[in-house]
Amino acid sequence: MRSIYISLVSEFYKSRKTLAFWAAILLPVVICSLVSFGFYSGADKILKLNAPGMMLWIKYAGATLNVMGILVMPFYVMFMAFSVNNIEHKNDTWKSLFAQPLNKFSIYTAKYLFAVTLIFICLFLFATLTYGFGHLLQVLVPKYTFSQYNPSNFLINSYSKLFLSSLGILSLQFIFSLIWGDFLKPIGIGFVGTIMGIVAGMVNWTYAYLIPYSLPALALQITQVKKGKDPLDFEIFAREIWVSLIYAGVLFIAGYFIVTRKSIK
Amino acid sequence: MSNYAIETVGLNFSFGNQTIVKDLSLQVPKGSIYGFLGPNGAGKTTTIKILLNLLKSPADQVFIFGKEINSNRIAALKKIGALVEQPAIYGHLSGKENLINRCLLLRIPKSKVAKMLALVGLTDAGDKKAGKYSLGMKQRLGIALALVSDPELLLLDEPTNGLDPNGIIEIRNLMIELATKHNKTILVSSHLLAEIERTATHVGIINKGQLLFQGTIDELHLLSKPMVEIEVDQIENASAFLVTAGYEIASKTDSKITVPFSSSADSGKLNTLLIQNGFTVSSLSKQRKDLENLFLDITKNN
Repeated sequence: MRSIYISLVSEFYKSRKTLAFWAAILLPVVICSLVSFGFYSGADKILKLNAPGMMLWIKYAGATLNVMGILVMPFYVMFMAFSVNNIEHKNDTWKSLFAQPLNKFSIYTAKYLFAVTLIFICLFLFATLTYGFGHLLQVLVPKYTFSQYNPSNFLINSYSKLFLSSLGILSLQFIFSLIWGDFLKPIGIGFVGTIMGIVAGMVNWTYAYLIPYSLPALALQITQVKKGKDPLDFEIFAREIWVSLIYAGVLFIAGYFIVTRKSIK
Repeated sequence: MSNYAIETVGLNFSFGNQTIVKDLSLQVPKGSIYGFLGPNGAGKTTTIKILLNLLKSPADQVFIFGKEINSNRIAALKKIGALVEQPAIYGHLSGKENLINRCLLLRIPKSKVAKMLALVGLTDAGDKKAGKYSLGMKQRLGIALALVSDPELLLLDEPTNGLDPNGIIEIRNLMIELATKHNKTILVSSHLLAEIERTATHVGIINKGQLLFQGTIDELHLLSKPMVEIEVDQIENASAFLVTAGYEIASKTDSKITVPFSSSADSGKLNTLLIQNGFTVSSLSKQRKDLENLFLDITKNN
């Protein structure tokens, strides 16, 4: 555990000046600011809809969530998986990393956990900023009905689902980025996978949930609302989340075996 | 306990069908500076990577301080500091941050960083991005990274590559100091015999993955006999004359004769003899055999 911890500290230390690290913070700040600005400047139009609190929150948070779920999330995860490994490929530092007296499992796990942590930070910020900016909008435009509904559960559930559903993609892309040092192969495969995922999701293919890339989008489709219950109070551990976690677990272990066999030429 | 810091026993290694290291039995005594000599592509870097367990060796062929490397990987790596090929440095971090990162990984107090930067002469450039360093500076930072954990054994792969003459001398002196004052064992690879001769106490010569020679530097000197190269006119007559005078002609070209060197006084006598017999000597110089010729010699002898 100790060597995983120090490897993780080292990952933070060496990445803190890279775009990958800052993207986790900038992405939510930029997207949430843009959406909020849209709601501020276009307040007249939105107010005409006369939406009650819950619907207004759905419209506001959904603007971010839909873009995130379908397109940004898969690409962001691909980019994270790529960046965490690319820092070693680019600097030719695998050899010095694996020549340290640390077990390979710690080095590998720390890298994976670092990517997971960055995705978590990113989504946590999304949820927090959505919540905060929503209330800020209420102050700036008093006619809004944000204050009528508490979106905490909805935001926590949606972003938790988005986080868990992206772990399958992360493990898969992590392996690709581990094997290949270049940008095109892992991102190219990920791109094709994402398009497949979108198409499969759009045509409601029965087995769409087996494609890791379609899981974030599927996770955000709200289904099976029980009568009399809050439609936004949905279950987190739905089928696509389990599929994502199984993918994540199996591919994480497979990735470790690839690392142990990795010869540093 | 083994007397060797590194011992390989009939080590074989191949990439696919291509054999890189063949039946290699290195013996690097503790406290020595072991010059690992060979032309480019001889298998030096591959061997160093095997010693670091970056490339998997067959079981029971590689021993670091008497312990088999595959089953004692972490214990062995704790004792080794290494610089392999181009120094592995994070270009977006400064020299100082590169060292701090290594300290984090090895649980070493960060106070060592300034000392290491001073040791390799990078104090002033410590805050500069390592990606903007010259090759020589990168090499020195690589050496600092290898030394930061105060390892008992240092593996340096062509450490003077890209350094200017001053830098080369500094590294040379550093190696000697580390071995003599701090009792470190150093394996240093090079393709330059002259470079190795000045620092090494022991030498291993590798070519095409095979060890051609291994022994002390004195043993190597016995093999690498110096020669006297004489530039003289009437080359045929001069060489016939020298043979009758009892000299052994090692080689002869259109303008130069080479004979084995015995002493400076003897070279002087040879010069006088030629002049007194009507030959014009335009130059006379002591030559050491270069690596290539030494290889030829050693392969012949083997």
